[in-house]
Amino acid sequence: MENTVVGKSYPRLDGPVKALGAAKYVADLKMPNMLHVKVLRSPHPHARIVRIDSSKAAALPGVRAVLSGQDCQAMLGLYLIDRPIFAIDKVRFVGEPVAAVAATNLRLAAQALALIAVEYELLPPVLDLATALAKDAPLVHEKLHEYAHIHNVFFPVPHTNISNHSKIRKGDVNLGFSQSDYIYEATYRVPQMQHVPIEAHGAVAQMDMTGKVTIWSGCQSPNAVRKLAAVAFNLPEGRIRVITPQVGGGFGGKAGIGIEGMVMALAMRVAPYPVRLILEREEVFCGTAVRQGLQATIKTGYTKEGRLLAQEADLIWDGGAYTEYGVNIVRAAAYSSAGPYDIAHLKTDSYCVYTNTPVGGPFRGFGMGELHWALEQQIDVIAAKLGMDPVAIRLQNAARDGSTNATGEVLVGVGLDKCINEAARLIGMDSISEKKLHHGKGLACMVKGPSTPGTAASSAFIKVNEDGSINVTISSAEIGQGMQTVMAQIAAEELGLPMEMVHINTPDTDYSPYEWQTVASRITYSTGNAVQRAAREARGKLLAMASEKLESPPESLTIVRGVIARRDGIGPTTSIKELALGLSLPTGAGRGGPVMGTGYFIPDGIHGMDPETGQTPKVTSHWTFGAQAAEVAVDVETGKVNVLRVSAVYDTGFVLNPLLALGQVEGGIMQGLSVALYEELQLSQGQVKNPSFVDYKIATAAELPEMLVGFVETPLDDGPYGARGFGEHTMVPTAPAIANAIFNAVGVRIVDLPITPEKVLAALRAKPK
Amino acid sequence: MQRKIAFTVNQQQVEIVVDTFERLIDVLRERLDLTGTKEGCGGGECGACTVLLDGESINSCLVLAVEVDGKAVRTVEGLSNYLELDKLQQAFVNEGAIQCGFCTPGMLMSARALLDKNNEPTVAEIREAISGNLCRCTGYERIVVAVSKAARPASAKA
Repeated sequence: MENTVVGKSYPRLDGPVKALGAAKYVADLKMPNMLHVKVLRSPHPHARIVRIDSSKAAALPGVRAVLSGQDCQAMLGLYLIDRPIFAIDKVRFVGEPVAAVAATNLRLAAQALALIAVEYELLPPVLDLATALAKDAPLVHEKLHEYAHIHNVFFPVPHTNISNHSKIRKGDVNLGFSQSDYIYEATYRVPQMQHVPIEAHGAVAQMDMTGKVTIWSGCQSPNAVRKLAAVAFNLPEGRIRVITPQVGGGFGGKAGIGIEGMVMALAMRVAPYPVRLILEREEVFCGTAVRQGLQATIKTGYTKEGRLLAQEADLIWDGGAYTEYGVNIVRAAAYSSAGPYDIAHLKTDSYCVYTNTPVGGPFRGFGMGELHWALEQQIDVIAAKLGMDPVAIRLQNAARDGSTNATGEVLVGVGLDKCINEAARLIGMDSISEKKLHHGKGLACMVKGPSTPGTAASSAFIKVNEDGSINVTISSAEIGQGMQTVMAQIAAEELGLPMEMVHINTPDTDYSPYEWQTVASRITYSTGNAVQRAAREARGKLLAMASEKLESPPESLTIVRGVIARRDGIGPTTSIKELALGLSLPTGAGRGGPVMGTGYFIPDGIHGMDPETGQTPKVTSHWTFGAQAAEVAVDVETGKVNVLRVSAVYDTGFVLNPLLALGQVEGGIMQGLSVALYEELQLSQGQVKNPSFVDYKIATAAELPEMLVGFVETPLDDGPYGARGFGEHTMVPTAPAIANAIFNAVGVRIVDLPITPEKVLAALRAKPK
Repeated sequence: MQRKIAFTVNQQQVEIVVDTFERLIDVLRERLDLTGTKEGCGGGECGACTVLLDGESINSCLVLAVEVDGKAVRTVEGLSNYLELDKLQQAFVNEGAIQCGFCTPGMLMSARALLDKNNEPTVAEIREAISGNLCRCTGYERIVVAVSKAARPASAKA
């Protein structure tokens, strides 16, 4: 049957409330007698805490609680439990929370912070990867070997700074190199950077006098916050309630658990008063998770015809001071290390390395932006060395149906070649005749799958209201991606309802069903499946009752705009509204009852990796491929790069909402452009030197390139209507596409992000004439 | 030190005693419950707190409350006709100019300031007008399109 709602451009459901200024974010919530929190942060990258004296702070009138690692020993961690809520015994990065104060107002809290005396004994800091990996390096975590972690998935190396070592051994890499005509090796670097959601991180927590805790958090993953808080504070999940209002951008920076631990610890001291912490922008830069740094050394063996035969990759990730989440980025990079290409022989070692720098964590792309910065320049260099067209070499090596990826999985439903061709066509890659001086075009591809545990689950609950409308209840967070609108479309499609009859909630773990996390570009796919199933269950109940009422078998009936009738249009009709509370019989009795539908989803058959080889039949639920191309103009006098146009084509399986999909791609391109040209957390002795928008520049409307967006739709067997996830993907290839375009324009290659005018100018000057 | 000030917010008269160090954004958000105006950085760098002061777009985190004495403030809550979106707000919704929505109130006010002065802006003028407002979600393109659509139909010249 023809789709009537999915596949159509509906403006987002939360558009009006946001345009009116009526949407409530966590900082907009007000509660009586709410206390305000300020956090005392470490000024040192690595130091032993000798003594903390908070007695003067605690004595200040209006101060209700002061907490530090002396009072709160709770530890947090998604995959590896290594992160204390407050520094315990020692501090590991500049900006680490040492203590926090809850007071009746913010000024008082700030005054109290100044009264907390902390005596430190400085330790030798580990500020870079070389230091961290040196023999006899100072250890950031002496007790790494004791930390709880998921066994046989993550591999900490005891008594080192390596918190995870993920391996890929596919084929025989030495054989592959021996069969190669050429070998090329290069190193690429990506600095740490910030997510920069425009809404700073914030949370409110309150414990009632029964000991039940409620947390209002602008987070991506209410259920993960609840679970990790439950572990940290040894409470059952059912005694913690997490409510997520509107979230002002996430990009991974609000995934897992963040500041909620501190706020909850304080709330448990000052019950029944609510406690609020809204970070200042400087704290966001210094104290919240950042994108991990990467040093990637790629050695590639290839034939003179341009076929990639073997690849050895050393991926050394700067995980920062805590890697409870970062270890999984390192794993994802290992199993994605062939990139979007079919390479027979692979050897990959991906290391998560502790340093005394800001905490690394998930960032849109989950390692893929960093990995593809390396891979997509590497293949471009090889093309140039062979005098090959950069599009042709990618098409030659592109993964296609029947290819095996890094884990040996046999791929199906791959539309990468179509993406490459279309991205190239949109930007005019072959129109060399038009090439202007110092203008260039470059292309880059990508692949990504959701990096989740095999058990990552979604669920949905639908209830039919008296007016024939429905409530779709889920626990995914609306972080701007438009998830609510797409979920409503799926429910509307399945139930034969117009969009205005679908209501959807923001999460409240007391009332909305379980969702693992709003991450990994998995909501459209995973929650979408759950919503589809819930809607189908509700539809089945409605049609069963309608069948009795209309005296016609259920399969003969259909629902159009809430009206239930026979498909052939013959006979009487009823409606969702009439059946919402059950079937009314002519006798005056009733049967059935209020209509509800439930649905859940876990991807089928995800399999762990072999610890030594990383080989597995299916490491993730599905893969999404794409390609982008950029056209740049380089000012050879100043080194400034002007990105003129970017094309982007993704194989999204099925475009559920073209308007919102376009928004995801355009937003990804612009974030990718910003990462390419500007963004770097500048660290000096572990301290962030640019913790403001003046010194940490992100792209503005002034730098907007022309954007040309296309989609390929190769259906995914178990995706709703065939849809795949793609929200994060859209920024992954932007930076390497720009770098490749710069090479095409002026013949220099910038291998270290960001591509600053200084680097371009230096490279131009160093270039042999 | 405290001072009594009188000003209008969205054409409503307000008389209020403020501390001399109090920022306009705090008066709007904390005292008047006009939480549509957002704080993104507190340093006048992100534009999320943009409001109109006597018709000019300003960062309300950089303006002291005492400075608005006798003046007229317009916030995002003052754009709509009660529950009805104005043309600019409707264009933001229809054109996909909103994602997380946190920059939206400031974007709307910067765009409103532009359109109030120039109802036929070029794309370059629109980009310039919103270049002080950071958005991390949309990539700005849909916002530029929305502002163009909200301008007079003759507008949106390249």
